[in-house]
Amino acid sequence: MKRLGPRVEQKVAQTTLWVMTLVTVGVLLFIIFFILRRGLPVLSLEFLTTNPADMGKAGGIFSTIVGMAALTALAILIAAPLGVGTAIYLTEYTWGGPVTRVIRFGAECLAGIPSIIFGLFGFILFVTKLKFGWSILSGGLTLAFMLLPTIIRTSEEAIKSVPPAYRTVSFSLGSTKWQTVTRVVLPSALPGIVTGIVLSVGRSIGETAATIFTAGSALRMPTSIFSSTRTMSVHFYILAREGISMSNAYGTAAILIIAILGINIMTYYLMNKFIRKYS
Amino acid sequence: MTAVAIEVRGLSQYFGAVRKLNALDLDVRRNEILGIIGPARSGKSTFLCALNRLNDLVRGSRIEGTIVIDGRDIYAPDVDVVELRRKLGMVFATPVPLPRSIFENVAFGARLAGVRGRTKLDALVRDSLEKGGLWEEVKDRLATSALKLSGGQQQRLCLARILAVKPEFILLDEPTSGLDPISTMKIEDSLRKLKKDYTIILVTNNTKQAARVADRTAFFLNGDLVEVGPTAEIFTAPSDKRTDDYLRGRFG
Repeated sequence: MKRLGPRVEQKVAQTTLWVMTLVTVGVLLFIIFFILRRGLPVLSLEFLTTNPADMGKAGGIFSTIVGMAALTALAILIAAPLGVGTAIYLTEYTWGGPVTRVIRFGAECLAGIPSIIFGLFGFILFVTKLKFGWSILSGGLTLAFMLLPTIIRTSEEAIKSVPPAYRTVSFSLGSTKWQTVTRVVLPSALPGIVTGIVLSVGRSIGETAATIFTAGSALRMPTSIFSSTRTMSVHFYILAREGISMSNAYGTAAILIIAILGINIMTYYLMNKFIRKYS
Repeated sequence: MTAVAIEVRGLSQYFGAVRKLNALDLDVRRNEILGIIGPARSGKSTFLCALNRLNDLVRGSRIEGTIVIDGRDIYAPDVDVVELRRKLGMVFATPVPLPRSIFENVAFGARLAGVRGRTKLDALVRDSLEKGGLWEEVKDRLATSALKLSGGQQQRLCLARILAVKPEFILLDEPTSGLDPISTMKIEDSLRKLKKDYTIILVTNNTKQAARVADRTAFFLNGDLVEVGPTAEIFTAPSDKRTDDYLRGRFG
């Protein structure tokens, strides 16, 4: 076969990469467009603010929004401090010996476990053994465990990317290790850490398998963290799967997508403001 | 106060099995500028970081011998390392402003040391920047990011930043290696003025700089202290042939 000239090669490569990008963006836009076209007509203030009625065939999705928010908030409240704390310990307080490697390897394995296994684990431990029942508490704890590896991993990367010279300077000016961590390392690593947490929020909002096992699928408004609840994704799954109401299912999906987009856009906006302030 | 501020006896610095300093004996006198010259990897920076125990941050760091500062063995088990580092401010080869405002950079160490109150900090920051020779250039933009300053300004900021901690000693590790001649001159001017209140150790790979500002000069080679003496003597009539060779540019 005759070799192509470098100019032609360059053209071919550029075109191929362009097409690849186009396909990626195209698929994404198609999904969003597809969901929104079917979901948007259902949306109204009433849909958002009334509870589901008749198994979800009628009424809105208010209680599922509340359920999702409560579950995600609880999961992040538990997972974020634990994960960031672990990451700080692994990067700043160890020399990177075998113990660190085992912990890191463990966290990575945990990240690869399918969410339904986490659901089963949460069901056995929290719902039955600890007798929390199907509840926001069981679901939140389960989600927290599922999110931990991601938060540890992204926080670790963010902390490692802080220039080592910052630490040396901080120590040389008379700071303790903890002061160096809280005043120099964490502020510089914050954008990366927050990005990891936001990704986790998105994952937790979209999670279905782990929550259906642990938080249940009750449609009424939750009253405490011991109430069973149905998240929006579970609601969508049940509406579609059991053919209860396709239009309400798409309405729910549209809200899910808008919520995740909204959270991402807001975070990037806040992060940019933060970065501008500190650099 | 005695004339000798730092007394180093038989100092060897190890990192794991590697020895970087070989049984050094050296005195640093109060209110002098001691220049340390020598080729790359001769142990100059390692020596500075042994004095403020920054070497402790490196895994496997260990010393033999003693360093006595103001009559206290600084490697004794009851020594407060944080306290020690406040006493020996250090400026590094690359200026490292922290990603915050000019004001906050200067106030950083002082805040750690517990200085509180806006008026106190304002006065301290101004005083430190004046001593560091940067005040006139930045007084109207203390709130802007320190990363926006030029390299020479950043290095003077780093000098001001350690002055705000009120140290006794100033350790400088090739502070002007990345700077233009005018910035270098400004730093050297500041050092000459600071000498009356501080004891200064200036590591430099620019022998002319040592000749310009140091009262005494020490020559390091491969972790050994080859000789130390009054700067004029070292540069005109060194007692060791290796010093002469280095100063004439025969190696290094």
